[in-house]
Amino acid sequence: MQILQVEGLTKNFGGLAAVSEVDFHVEEGEILGLIGPNGAGKTTTFNLIAGTYEPNSGKILFNGENLAGKKPNVICQKGLARTFQNVKVFPDMDVFQNVLLGAFFGTPEKKSRSQAKSEVEEILDFIGLSDRTDMVAGSMTLVNQKRVEVARALATKPKLLLLDELMAGLNPTEVGESMELVKRIQKKGITVIMIEHVMKAIMNICKRIIVLHHGQKIAEGTPEEISTSKTVIEVYLGE
Amino acid sequence: MTSIINILVNGLILGGIYALTSVGLSMQYGVARIFNIAHGEFIMVGAFITWMLYTSFGINPLLCLVVAGPVLFILGFIVHRYLFKTLKDKTPVPTAFEGNSMLLAFGILFIIQSLGIYLWGTQIKGYSFMAYSIYLGGIRFSANRMLILFFAVFLCVLFYLFLTRTRPGKAIRAAAQDPEAASLMGVDINKMLALCFALGAMMAGFAGVLLSMAYQLQTNMGLPYTIIAIIVVVLGGLGSIPGSMLGGFILGIIGSIVNTIDPGLTLAAYYLLFMILLLVRPSGILGR
Amino acid sequence: MNWKTIKYNRYLYPALYILIIVLFIAIPYITAPYTIILLSSIFMYISLTLSWTLFSGPTGYTSLATAAFFGLGLYMAGILGDSVPLIVAVICGGLISFILAFIIGAITLRLRGIYFTIFTFGLVELIKHLMLWWEINIVGVRGRFVPRADNATVFYILLAILAALLLTTYFLKSSRYGMALSSIGSNEEAAIHIGINVVNLKIITFASSAFFIGLTGTIMATRWSYIDPYIAFDPFYSFLPPLMAIFGGLGNLFGPLLGAAVFSYLQETLITRFPYSYMLIFGLIMVITILYLPNGLIGLYQTIRQRFIGGKHADTSS
Repeated sequence: MQILQVEGLTKNFGGLAAVSEVDFHVEEGEILGLIGPNGAGKTTTFNLIAGTYEPNSGKILFNGENLAGKKPNVICQKGLARTFQNVKVFPDMDVFQNVLLGAFFGTPEKKSRSQAKSEVEEILDFIGLSDRTDMVAGSMTLVNQKRVEVARALATKPKLLLLDELMAGLNPTEVGESMELVKRIQKKGITVIMIEHVMKAIMNICKRIIVLHHGQKIAEGTPEEISTSKTVIEVYLGE
Repeated sequence: MTSIINILVNGLILGGIYALTSVGLSMQYGVARIFNIAHGEFIMVGAFITWMLYTSFGINPLLCLVVAGPVLFILGFIVHRYLFKTLKDKTPVPTAFEGNSMLLAFGILFIIQSLGIYLWGTQIKGYSFMAYSIYLGGIRFSANRMLILFFAVFLCVLFYLFLTRTRPGKAIRAAAQDPEAASLMGVDINKMLALCFALGAMMAGFAGVLLSMAYQLQTNMGLPYTIIAIIVVVLGGLGSIPGSMLGGFILGIIGSIVNTIDPGLTLAAYYLLFMILLLVRPSGILGR
Repeated sequence: MNWKTIKYNRYLYPALYILIIVLFIAIPYITAPYTIILLSSIFMYISLTLSWTLFSGPTGYTSLATAAFFGLGLYMAGILGDSVPLIVAVICGGLISFILAFIIGAITLRLRGIYFTIFTFGLVELIKHLMLWWEINIVGVRGRFVPRADNATVFYILLAILAALLLTTYFLKSSRYGMALSSIGSNEEAAIHIGINVVNLKIITFASSAFFIGLTGTIMATRWSYIDPYIAFDPFYSFLPPLMAIFGGLGNLFGPLLGAAVFSYLQETLITRFPYSYMLIFGLIMVITILYLPNGLIGLYQTIRQRFIGGKHADTSS
């Protein structure tokens, strides 16, 4: 079943097309990779799906419902969460509060405090931050801040999770751990789209990859197909 | 026909003053990120220096430009060097600096104004200089106001040429666009910011000198001029110097038109325009 | 934050409030009229400061609209006059400010940072000049008289407003919505994306803060007896609350309270004793606070305490 269908997605910034006529779909339960050179429109695509920007035209069907033009908070409560390319934790709050906010506001129904707290504990355990719940998020290392962000997104109980460069800036060990994390998220039954520059990671965990260039989709296929595609290689070498 | 020309000329005179009072504020915000609520106090000081020199020593107000300008420049330099720079070192987050610098400027406003009251009292002051009319093509113009318009435009243009054609001017603009790159190129950022703030204060001083020739002076006159300057700066686009000049003239002409309809509504019209503009196009007419 | 301090906050502080309120209720019976008047002024500043902090503290949106809502409250008292009971006038003053703030909130959503601040600043001036025009051209007279109320009544109403405001602040701070408001100040974009209805939360909090400011304005008008647009919409009242809040310390509920109390006491005594130096001293305090007390009096107290205790237990605590 397709959880997300994107049709003719277009966004212009002052006459410049950041994303133009992009079509793709996401199967429920898969991990889809989104790659492309800098400025290809990857993050803009995420911003359009998550409601940060309103598209100029095109449809974003999430479980059959068009999200285009909806506010980010509404989209989040429908079960579509995201993380950010440049980490956006609440720096002056502790880890627990960061994730608790996701649990409180990420779902449409109003939870009791105790229920929200037990959910947060469970998620922090899952992500491996149980021993750091009191730490102020802004004082943590990059990899831990990224984990807090993922935990906060998971607390909103998403069906689809958008991960924007989760591995960027991490050392090889941390990249390995993050790959494990993404796979474990998939096992929970959450569909994932990930933007990534770390090719090793994307080739490893994605079954299907989409390549964007100058705001257009130029290729789509399995990791093998992508890594041998002439167009893709030209785009990357032409940088 | 005469009345239309009158409205236009009055608008231009008003606009010249507005432009001159605004360019300094615009640069202080554009380069140093200081939203200087105390701007009008520098205008007040410039005006009172002129009044003092003219009434006590009979010095020609135009000559006061060369006295008040450097005095205000030094004052501005000191204010930045000892107050705003200290604040900047303590608040590295840009948005926090913007908010706090405005509150700091409000404190400075009070200090300058109360010192002004010690020196010059609270009464309305004024003097008459070139207070006669000249006739051009049958239309009456007041001589001192025409002089103000001429010098306002002249000083604005000079200021713009300084920023675009001279080395220090170019360094200031470079510092505004990319502080890191500029400091790598050997530009001393802190000195540039202080210089920029001082120049802003100097322009305010010039405005004060010119104003004093035709308008009433009072030690609490600063804030209304600051508010007008804020409106003009937003109208022209925060930080855009040509925008402020253009904005000043546009606001002056609008003011002159509304003034002929109902003088009581002039300021209300300014604010309405200002707020609508903020909502519709916060980057201003010439902003990016 | 450990368990001990949470428990402490939850039970001890509300009990303390009740004690203080009981003490204050007794004040008009036991003190001289001058004290009541002085306390009323201090209450006014505390309530303006706490109202401002309610919205601007956690969200980081520096509002300079306080004078607008305060002035509307003052005018409500002048317009309603004797025609309704005082308490009804006070509530009307609160409501009109709430409604205006709601509308302003709804149209200024796109504005952030300095733009929001200068918009709110402009609002005060716009209302002032519209009021002036209206009074001169439509009413025919500038300014109006407000029927006086006796000192004890004013005092009690201010006390009630302050108590309501403290309770609101306290419950908001300890609720999920208080946390959500802080998250807006921390990172608004992230807050929207985890499902927080940032728009509604901002508007409602801004309007609530204006409600309390309006209440305060209406009751204060009875003390001033005469108001005109220059008195009512004085930008001074916009700048004082943020300054007092920063003076006390923004990070803590008691910071703004303490800041407003100390500052307004200083102000009230300075005005009468040194009417001419007052502005200079005010400006100096402002500059010193912003430059050298970034965390306010509370922060100063914490630094001193930490140094004192830290000297003894420096190694065990770290």
